[in-house]
Amino acid sequence: MVLKGKVWKFGDSISTDLICPGRYFHLRSNLPELATHVLEDADPEFASKVAKGDFVVARNNFGLGSSREHAPTIIKLAGVSAVLAKSFARIFYRNAINVGLPLIECDTDKIDQGDELEVDLVTGIIKNKTKGIELKSRPLPKAMLNILNDGGLVAHIKKHRDFKLD
Amino acid sequence: MGKTLAEKILSAKCGEDARAGDIVVAQVDVAAFQDGTGPLGVRQLQKMNLEKVKAPYSILFIDHAAPSPRKELSNDHILLRTFAQKTGAILSDVGDGVIHQRLVEDFAKPGDVVIGADSHSCTSGALGAFATGMGSTDVAIGMAMGKTWFKVPETFRVEATGTFQPGVFSKDLILYLIGMLGADGATYKALEFGGPTIDTMSMESRFTLSNMAVEAGAKTGLIASDKITKAYLQSRGRLKEWRPLTPDKDAQYERVIKIDAGKIVPQVAFPHTVDNTKPIDQTKGIKIDQVFIGTCTNGRIEDLKIAAKILKGKKRAPHSRLIVCPASRDVYLDAIKLGLLEIFVRAGASIMGPGCGACVGVHEGILGDKEVCLSSANRNFKGRMGNPEGFIYLASPATCAYSAITGEISDPRKIIVRGQNKAGKGKSPDKKVRMLKFSSASKMRENFAKAKRPKKK
Repeated sequence: MVLKGKVWKFGDSISTDLICPGRYFHLRSNLPELATHVLEDADPEFASKVAKGDFVVARNNFGLGSSREHAPTIIKLAGVSAVLAKSFARIFYRNAINVGLPLIECDTDKIDQGDELEVDLVTGIIKNKTKGIELKSRPLPKAMLNILNDGGLVAHIKKHRDFKLD
Repeated sequence: MGKTLAEKILSAKCGEDARAGDIVVAQVDVAAFQDGTGPLGVRQLQKMNLEKVKAPYSILFIDHAAPSPRKELSNDHILLRTFAQKTGAILSDVGDGVIHQRLVEDFAKPGDVVIGADSHSCTSGALGAFATGMGSTDVAIGMAMGKTWFKVPETFRVEATGTFQPGVFSKDLILYLIGMLGADGATYKALEFGGPTIDTMSMESRFTLSNMAVEAGAKTGLIASDKITKAYLQSRGRLKEWRPLTPDKDAQYERVIKIDAGKIVPQVAFPHTVDNTKPIDQTKGIKIDQVFIGTCTNGRIEDLKIAAKILKGKKRAPHSRLIVCPASRDVYLDAIKLGLLEIFVRAGASIMGPGCGACVGVHEGILGDKEVCLSSANRNFKGRMGNPEGFIYLASPATCAYSAITGEISDPRKIIVRGQNKAGKGKSPDKKVRMLKFSSASKMRENFAKAKRPKKK
């Protein structure tokens, strides 16, 4: 599957507090409303301007902090097709796959705000159309690929009634 | 080849020889939600027609917004209470305390697999449990099926030697380590704390270490189960749940980190990341608007005792506020019995009911624009305490308490000295303040084990 979209570039250490601020704690049972505040404390314009299919691109340790699954959930709800970063925090990584949000680990230094990307989830090849360059990503571990391909952990368990990891 | 604590526990719980890098499905002993993550988890189970609990302890903690400050959250609480009634899950309601403190007090034990939908679930690792934070869906499925999957982590062994200087505590050690490793320095790894400093450290201080393992990116923060673990469980009326658990001598570690605890000075994490730590002598002149003492990191009775000893007979600085929040109902009761709450109130503090308090930015101490808070919590991210225009510094309860008096971030070593000699005869570095006598860690531990504690409910 090839994803196409425009880049929203962020820096290092984008915490789940920046993605899904604690002051909206009371909106956690109203995900569409919560999604209107996604990444608000990192870029106040992002939520209102992001288009369906766009990519969130960041540097190191994206998603550090709290275990709130609402963070990847509202990134997905906002229409983002995948998050690309040099590295991800552990709990965020697992949560994103569980909710069906693809994550791509790659060198993001050669990707800038507004670049047009084509991302092939099967081959892991990222084409930066704006810069005319190709980047290679590290593949997802098999267990996580199985869950992502089933559409997330709820769909995975519904389908297999158990973990089917290998 | 020997095994690390993580490999030992996961091997026992998955029924095969689990080694770093393996993917295993392990039995879950304790599965826990809090009120910020539980409602989503419950709805996921409803989607799967899987509204049941299979983990031996399935527990819902109402602690983050407790008591509820908004009707939306009150309705989330109703959802959790209804789920508990329907499935038989245990409910820890408003006023019972923070998830991680409640888990170590009454539920987690050595050798357990503990999963919690809260990143600081690694706290129970101090009891020798493989305890880790996960998201709502993972914990929901672990709760309903009694099992979950893991990648067995590689382990960083942290060997601490030496004795803390008076005024330096386990919070300073863990802040120092996080500053050294960086916020992603141990991503996907297990931390295993050991060495003579840890061997003689009180259980309460150990919880602080394990609690913050995730702040270096780690999956869990394990400590061997020994006689101190035993004394703690005994003090909770849970002696039968104790068993010894140590890593093998020839266990394979990815990295061994040696720290001389005697050389560590009080540490402060500067805004807006936990790894932005500095020794206290680099903090001169930072005025504070609010001091917060509490949380799953440092809201235990040992912490409150230290803070009370410093605050006794003193007043907080007129321009600052002081908020104290015991981590659980039993901590609160102990603080009442020991007269600590009166000391805090007389010093000008507001006392909150047991729970997360001001830490998560939901209630009980949200910062104003440009305000500075010194907190005994574990996280200082931008926006954490409810306002992205606020500034959060992290430190030990001793640093917090002394700074509440001076009104700026201040070195607690100025008033804390060890034993009779120095306190009686030694020269005070600051003549304006009276020196406080602190007993040794082992004495503190002894007193703790001897103290009468409420029986398990």
